[in-house]
Parts: sequence; C-alpha cells; structure tokens
Amino acid sequence: MQKYKTYLAGYLFLLPWLIGFLCLTLSPIGASFYLSFTNYDLLTTPKWIGLDNFKSMFTDDYRMMDSIKVTLQYVFLSVPFRLAFALGLAVLLNQGMKFLGFYRTIYYIPSLLGGSVAISVLWKQVFDQNGIFNDGLAFLGIQGHNWIADPRYAIYSLIGLSVWQFGSVMIIFLAGLKQVPGELYEAATVDGAGVMRKFWRITMPLLTPVIFFNLTITLIQSFQTFTKAFIISRGTGGPINSTLLYSLYLYIKGFTFMEMGYASAMAWLLLVIIAAFTGLLFLSSRYWVYYSDGRD
Amino acid sequence: MTSTMNKQIKTVLFHVIVLGCGLLMLYPVFWLMSASVKPTTEIFTSKSLWPSAFTFEHYSNGWNGMRNIQFGSFFLNSMMLCIIAVIGTVLSSSMAAFSFARIEFPLRKVFFALMLGTFMLPGHVTLIPQYIIFHKLGWVDTYLPLTVPKFLGDAFFVFLIVQFIRGIPRDLDESAKIDGCGWTTLFFRIILPLSSPALITAAIFTFMGTWDDFFGQLIYLSDIKKFTVPLGLRLFLDSSGSSNWGAVFAMSVLSIVPSLTIFFLGQKYFTQGIATTGIKG
Repeated sequence: MQKYKTYLAGYLFLLPWLIGFLCLTLSPIGASFYLSFTNYDLLTTPKWIGLDNFKSMFTDDYRMMDSIKVTLQYVFLSVPFRLAFALGLAVLLNQGMKFLGFYRTIYYIPSLLGGSVAISVLWKQVFDQNGIFNDGLAFLGIQGHNWIADPRYAIYSLIGLSVWQFGSVMIIFLAGLKQVPGELYEAATVDGAGVMRKFWRITMPLLTPVIFFNLTITLIQSFQTFTKAFIISRGTGGPINSTLLYSLYLYIKGFTFMEMGYASAMAWLLLVIIAAFTGLLFLSSRYWVYYSDGRD
Repeated sequence: MTSTMNKQIKTVLFHVIVLGCGLLMLYPVFWLMSASVKPTTEIFTSKSLWPSAFTFEHYSNGWNGMRNIQFGSFFLNSMMLCIIAVIGTVLSSSMAAFSFARIEFPLRKVFFALMLGTFMLPGHVTLIPQYIIFHKLGWVDTYLPLTVPKFLGDAFFVFLIVQFIRGIPRDLDESAKIDGCGWTTLFFRIILPLSSPALITAAIFTFMGTWDDFFGQLIYLSDIKKFTVPLGLRLFLDSSGSSNWGAVFAMSVLSIVPSLTIFFLGQKYFTQGIATTGIKG
C-alpha cells in the first residue's frame, strides 16, 4: 500500500512535465513527421503527397538551395571564430591578473544582449553606409561600403554579430581552465617548458572535453539562428537571399505562405542535418578529445 | 630589478590590451546609448560619443509610441509574460526534478532518459504541430501559447534542479518522514528552500529567455495591443525606422535595461548557470 502511495506521489509531481512531454513534444514530433509528407495550409485537411516536399526541396526550390548555402556559410564561419575568440580571451583572463570578475562581465555583456531585437536593430546601423563600422574603416583610411545592402557581404554582418557574442562560451572555457591542476604547470616550468609549449602540451589536451562541449552546443544553436536574420533583413532574408538563414526560410514557408507541410519537411531536414554534424563530432571525438580520468 | 620592471610592464600591457579590446567590443552599445540622447541632426554626423547637448525627446517620443499604443504597454505586456513564465517554469520544473531525484516509481529512468533526449531536439520539429494545436484551441493571438507551456516544465531546468537536489543529503528526507511529513510538505518545506540557488538560476534564465523570445511572440501575437517589447521594437523599426531613428534607439536602450539589471543583481547565479548547462547566447 505504502509502495503505491509512493508511486502515485512520483507521478503526481511529474504530471505537469509528463503532460507537456506527451502533448507538446512527443505527439507533435509524430504529427510533424506525418505532415512532412503532406500538403497542408492549416484550413483544409492535409493532403498526402508522399515525398514531394523533399523532392522539391532539392530540385525546384532555388531559395532552399540559397538558404542551405547561406546557413552553412554562417555556421562554418561563425562557430570556429566564436570558439577561437572565446578560448583566446579565456586563456588570457586566466593569467591570474586582477579584475577578472570585471573583465568577465565586460566580455559577457554582448552575449547577454545579443539575442535581443534591440541589438539586431543596432547592428543594422553599425554596418550601414554611414554606420560606425565604416567610421572605423575611414579612421584606418579604408573606403567603406553599405555592407547590409550588398548581397556579397550581408551575411558577414550576421557572422560578426554571432562572433561578437563569444562571452558565454568564454565563461565555460574559464570554468574549464580552473579545473586544470596548477602542479602540472609548475612541474613543466621546472622541466624548462616555455609558455607555448605549456599551452599546447597541458592546457589544450586537458581542455579538449570543454572544447568538444562548446563546439557541439554552439553548432546546434547556430543552425537555429533566427532573430538576427529576421530583423536585419526585415523578415525577407534579402538582399537576394543572402541572409536567408534556414530558420528564417522555414518561418517564411510555414507562417507567411502557410505551407505547413513543407515547413514540417524542412524541420525534419534540419534535424537530420544537425544530427549528422553532431554525430560526426561525436565520432571524431575519440581521436581528439582527451579525458583525464582514463575514459576512452 | 629588471625582472620586476619587466613584470610590471607585462601587467600594464595585459590590462591595456584586455580593457582596450573589451571597450572596443562594447563600443556599439555605448554608441547606441549616446545616440539615444543626441539631437536628431547629430546622430549620424557627429563622431563624438559625447553629445553637444543632451536631449530626452527621443525617449518621450518613443514612449508615446504610435497609433495610440504607448511603448509602456509593450513593457507591461512583456513584464506580465515574464513573471508568469518564471512562476510556471520554476514551479513545474522543480516538481518534476523533485520526482526524478527523490521518489522511486516505475519507468522513472525511462522518462528521465526521454527528457534528456529532448535536449538536442531543435524546436522546429515540434513548432508546426504546436501551432496547429493552439490554433485549433483558439489560442492564437492570446498569451496562452506563450504561458501555458511554461507550466509544463522545461527539460533544461528540470535537469539543472535534479543535479542540485541530488546534492542535498537524503538524511533530511528520512528524518522528515519520521516526523510524519508527506511528500508535499517535504517538497515545499525542505527541498524547495534548500534548492533556492538552482531555482534562482532557472528563474533568471527563464526571465531573460522570455524577455527576448522574439520568435514565439512573433508567431502567436498579432494584435498590436498585445504586443511585447521585441515586437514593439520591430514594429517601430519597420514603420518609423528611417525617419525616427532617435526614438528607435531610445526604446532599444530601454528594452535592454531589464536584462542588464537582472544580470548585475544575479551575476553569481549567471556564471554558475552557464558553466553547468551551457545555455544562453
């Protein structure tokens, strides 16, 4: 009897999450999978069209191709730079100098604010013809440009905004660096190792699990970027699809054109893309991630 | 002598570089603040951060808003959403966390694994069916799709709080039970108060996440009267944009004040929260 009362209590406390899981996660996953094989506009009943959504994504939807290209460009440029800046600054700040807390705050503020509409609005201005980025270039004697209006450069302003937000990744690196035992450095110093050697032989190997963690999280987040692209391009993904990140195109398809079947198919393709990259990372991790507790 | 000199030079150099880069990074934010108090003619012409004259007309113009809707109402709507979201998320997530961490029941491990499985799932996959559900319920263009789900737990915070509760000694549970406490009393009187650091972390991140949740609000709200700060800003940018940059900048500054305030008040929780879960940014 007592046992069943305990079971009941367990399920009662779990109930809100359980309802959410069943109604807002599990059944929507099934529904979205079904819808991806249909034509659905929210008002009429879904019409089964087999693989047509997926076929047209790869054959006659040229905006889709542009969108995938732009998204890959965005992810593959912003993620490495974001991580590199974060790691560099974390190593620098970990030197044990004063004011660590203060500096950490300064570098974190862009991450704190970066997701807001306000910062996207500001960013649009920063890279405008008479924006402050061009002011900076003029100071160096370089001719400016209207970056956001030019399809060749517009995506770089989004990448810049993403890299600018490296602070949260940096904080995770700082926490990781604190875990590196100080004796290792002392021993290495006694053996006559220089700064660079200590960095490559001690810091980097011990930090690989944190790098792996940050790489995975940042990669997954980057594939889903929306607000920046929406605000900077005024919801169009322009000029000429140059800022049409995947999430933005999915939004346009699903909620502007009401092609909900197609948007569901896009969501599944995104899931497959993300899973593939995450899977590759996990597979590669055994060759470069070092766990000091002896795990392989 | 030379070695201490060298060390001092190094220290100075370190601070110059680190502070210099930091200020350079924050320069756009300073520029935004300065532009919001500059006379309109000066915003794009003057290179100086310090305005020749301070004006607050952008703030009053912006605040008075447009089409009879004041920016203040966007703020109220956002605040209300955030407060409900925080209460809902903290309550439901801590309940689930308590159940996972402390109560033995069948399928517990299965559910926990399923919950962890949802971590990596991009929200896009559930987006369309969720929208359809809320549409069928007649909830579109109300706050319900943005608030009700918050009362159904958030996997990230459940996990965060589970980890924390596991660190609370089980002896406390045992002695409470000997004293005749039921699960509810144990949860509210003992576990919840002791997990307050994790709850505060969850509350802070929920607040910030809801405050900046442009996507969800964009999809579900269409009546201007119900607009939140992110939607209000976007409306502002699109309709008055080029003609009235000053007001757009002023409202942008106001829109980041709550996030900044909470950040400075709860900095300790922030750093811990990011370091343990990797969320935000």
